[in-house]
Parts: sequence; C-alpha cells; structure tokens
Amino acid sequence: MNAVDGLHRPGDSPLHRLRPQVKIVGLVAFTCAIAATPREAVWAFGIHAGVLVALFAVARIPASWVLTRSLVESPFLVLALAFPFMVDGPAVHLGFLTVSEPGLWAGWNLLAKATLGVWAALLLAATTPVAGVLAGLSRLKCPEILLQITAFAIRYAHLTVAEVTQMRLARLARCDDPRFLWQAGALARSLGTVFIRSFERGERVWQAMSARGYTGRLPLEVGPAPASAVQWSAAMAVPAIAVAVAAWTAVTL
Amino acid sequence: MQKGAPPVEDLALHIPTDVIDGPTSLIFALVAVLAVGWCTVAARRGLDERLVPLAGLATAFIFAAQMLNFPIAAGVSGHLLGGALAAALLGPWLGALCVTVVIAIQALLFADGAVTALGLNVVNMALIATFTAYGVLALALKVLPRTRWGLGVAVFAASIISVVAASAGFVLQFWLGGEEVGQSLGAMAAAILGTHVLVGIGEGVITAGAVTAVAVARPDLVHALRGTPLARPATLAETLPSKTLPSKDAA
Repeated sequence: MNAVDGLHRPGDSPLHRLRPQVKIVGLVAFTCAIAATPREAVWAFGIHAGVLVALFAVARIPASWVLTRSLVESPFLVLALAFPFMVDGPAVHLGFLTVSEPGLWAGWNLLAKATLGVWAALLLAATTPVAGVLAGLSRLKCPEILLQITAFAIRYAHLTVAEVTQMRLARLARCDDPRFLWQAGALARSLGTVFIRSFERGERVWQAMSARGYTGRLPLEVGPAPASAVQWSAAMAVPAIAVAVAAWTAVTL
Repeated sequence: MQKGAPPVEDLALHIPTDVIDGPTSLIFALVAVLAVGWCTVAARRGLDERLVPLAGLATAFIFAAQMLNFPIAAGVSGHLLGGALAAALLGPWLGALCVTVVIAIQALLFADGAVTALGLNVVNMALIATFTAYGVLALALKVLPRTRWGLGVAVFAASIISVVAASAGFVLQFWLGGEEVGQSLGAMAAAILGTHVLVGIGEGVITAGAVTAVAVARPDLVHALRGTPLARPATLAETLPSKTLPSKDAA
C-alpha cells in the first residue's frame, strides 16, 4: 500500500543501486551544506538545485511528482511569506507593499532551504525501499532495538491502516458523513477499537515469537551488505560539491 | 485518506531545513538522543522481551491514527499528532518511544521534516507532547471522578495542553535559534499558540473519544487508569440483570 511503503518508486538507476547507508550519509551531509550556505549567495542555491535536478533526472523521477510531494512543507511557506512583514529593519517598497529588507532575506532563506531540504529527502525516499533504509541505518550503527521496533511498525502498519480504511468504508456505507468536529464520535470510537485490536495482535505476535524461542533478540546471522569505496566516493561527490559551494560563499561574502 | 493524495491541508509541525540554526538543532538532537535512550530503557523495564512486538504494533497504531483525517470544518481537515493518545494508552515511556519512531519514519520515508531538524521535531512532538499530556492526565485523574466523563474531560484537557506545549517548544527553539524577528516574536508566538489551541481542541475530541472507548471495553489497556476500571455509569447499572428482575416480577 502506498500509504505505508513510503514514497519509494521502484527503478534500476545508479541511484537505486547505491547502498542505502551511503545515501543516508549523503543526505545528511547535503542538508547540512544547504543549511550552512549564506542566504545572500543566491547563485549558490541555483547550483544546489541544479545538482538535485540532475540527480532526479538520473533516477528518472518526474518533476510533477517532486513538486506535488513538496507540498509537505506548505505550512512553513506561510511563515516564509510572513517574515517580510514581521522582521524589523530598513524598509523597501515593492509596488504598493512596504516590507523590511532583512525580512525578505529571511523569507527567501526559509523558502529556498526548506524546498531544497525536502527535495534531497525526497530523492532518498524515492530511490530507497523501506527495508533498504532500515538496513542502511543498521550499517550506520543505529541502535538495533529501535530498528526492530521500526521494522515491526512498518510491517504491521499495513494491517492497521487497512483496518482504519475498512472501518471508514463501513461508516460511509452506513451514511456516516461527519462535516464538523462534534460529529466525529464514531471516528474516535473506531480508533479505540483499532487500538484494542493492535495491542491484542501485539500480544499474539509476541506469544508466537516466544513459542519459537524468542528471548529478546532476533537471531539474524546475515547483516546488511557493506558499501564499496567506489560507491562511497561516488556518492560523497554530491555533498562535496554542496559543501564546497557553501564554504566558498561563506568565505567570499 | 485518498490513496496517493498529498496531505495538503494537514496541520503539520515538522520543521524543515534551517528554520532553526545549527547549534540549537545540535543541542536538541543531543537532548532527543539521551531522552529516547532513557525511554527505551524504561519501556524495556516494563515490557522486557515483549517490548519489540508490542511497541511495534503500538507504533503501527499511532501511524494509522495519524492517517485518519478528521473534519475541522467543511473542507478543512487535520490529523492527530498522537502525543496525548500515546501517553494515555501506552504511558509516557513507551508512548514517547512510539511517537519518536513515527517521526523518524516520516522524515526518512516521507520527506516530512528535515533530517537535520529530527532532534527538534522529536523533542517537540514526541517528548514534550507525550510527557506534558501524561502529567496533566495524572493530575486531572486525581481530581476528577473516575467515570467515562471524568476520563474524557481529563484526556481532552491533556490533549489541548500537550499540543500547545509542543508548539511552545517550537516557539522556544525559534527564540533560541531562529530568525531575529525582534518585536514580532510575541505576535508570532501568540499566533502559533492560538492556532494550536484550535488544533488541540480537534485532537482532544478525537483522543477523548478513543480513550474512553478503550476504557469501557478494556480498562486494563489504558495505561493512565493504572489497572483500575472506571466506575460503572448509571445507565449501564440500570440494565443489569439484578435490577431488571423486580420489574419482571411486577409485570
């Protein structure tokens, strides 16, 4: 189901084949570089965006998909639009509007960096399946207990989401159509039912696991595969460009 | 929720890249790592080897609960943050752990919230929201009667306060490491907190309904009740067999 499997788009591009741990480190480094780029260096954001657009092209991800998914940051765009009117400082005139200059820069800063950050994260999410992200985090020494909980959560989220969807259909079939908050009682009660079912299922799963000899650790002999030096250097070239641009602009401005 | 439709009108708190500066993000990331580590230890103490399957299923539930869009008014809908729901049903340690996992999944698999702001988001939505909700709930349950209505009102209050506290966490982070907005910070804080009172009312109605539904069916599963069932409401007591017998005799 689309809703639980993240935003993964199956494919066979070089970016899809890259080991997930490499991509995760690359994403973090790239996002830090974006955050460190001074806001006045407008051309630097052009380079960052150009790099990302090129990578999206390599991964064969359509621009329309990226733009639709970018709407996730929309609440913060309201904040970006509000900055020119909130921040103190020398005023500039834009047509009939009088706004503060530092405020305009702050709004631009938020708009540019939030968009690039979402794009970079979308690139990881689109080219890496859920299991891959978990394997990558495991290679990066993320605590095993958190990864196991996450793996369980994603596996059973299919079931709980399907239950919620099924209950919604059942309510709709019985002409339930709440339009206001005070009509949402049935929705709340079905949520309670889903919780009871989830918790009981959790207990059943644990009983089944303990019947098979589970004592708190999963007996996994095969760990996720390591990444080669070639993969690391190829993937790190991208954040390296961004870091170089950020450092160059920080020095020259 | 329609399949594949982007959650355009969702009221999300997930902080994107560089709204808060690097040093502040790092400090909060450190706080988040320490607190989540402590939550893991405390949750494991309560559940031992049952932790992984139960926490996994509880997280799946929070995940599904967040997908339930509820109507705020015609055309506008929001979704649960889940902090108060997790606190009431799972307790503070396991609850915070589950919401943390949900936030991490959203950042890595759904590009919702920047990876550099993961610490900030976890502190606001998982730690502040869950622990505030649990504190309010524990206090309110001492004062209010242990009935359906008492529990409902306590959960409702805990939800509103937890949502507002989470947004206050964002205001604090913004004051520490956001843009210098000078005089406007007060106005901005008022706008953010005010909006989240409204979000909190929505959250409170749904959460109170869900928690009382669980409390009536399986009181042992509501962590906040600490194993004691609710007082039997009068309407149910009237339909008990012992009370119905005399009326049969009369007939």
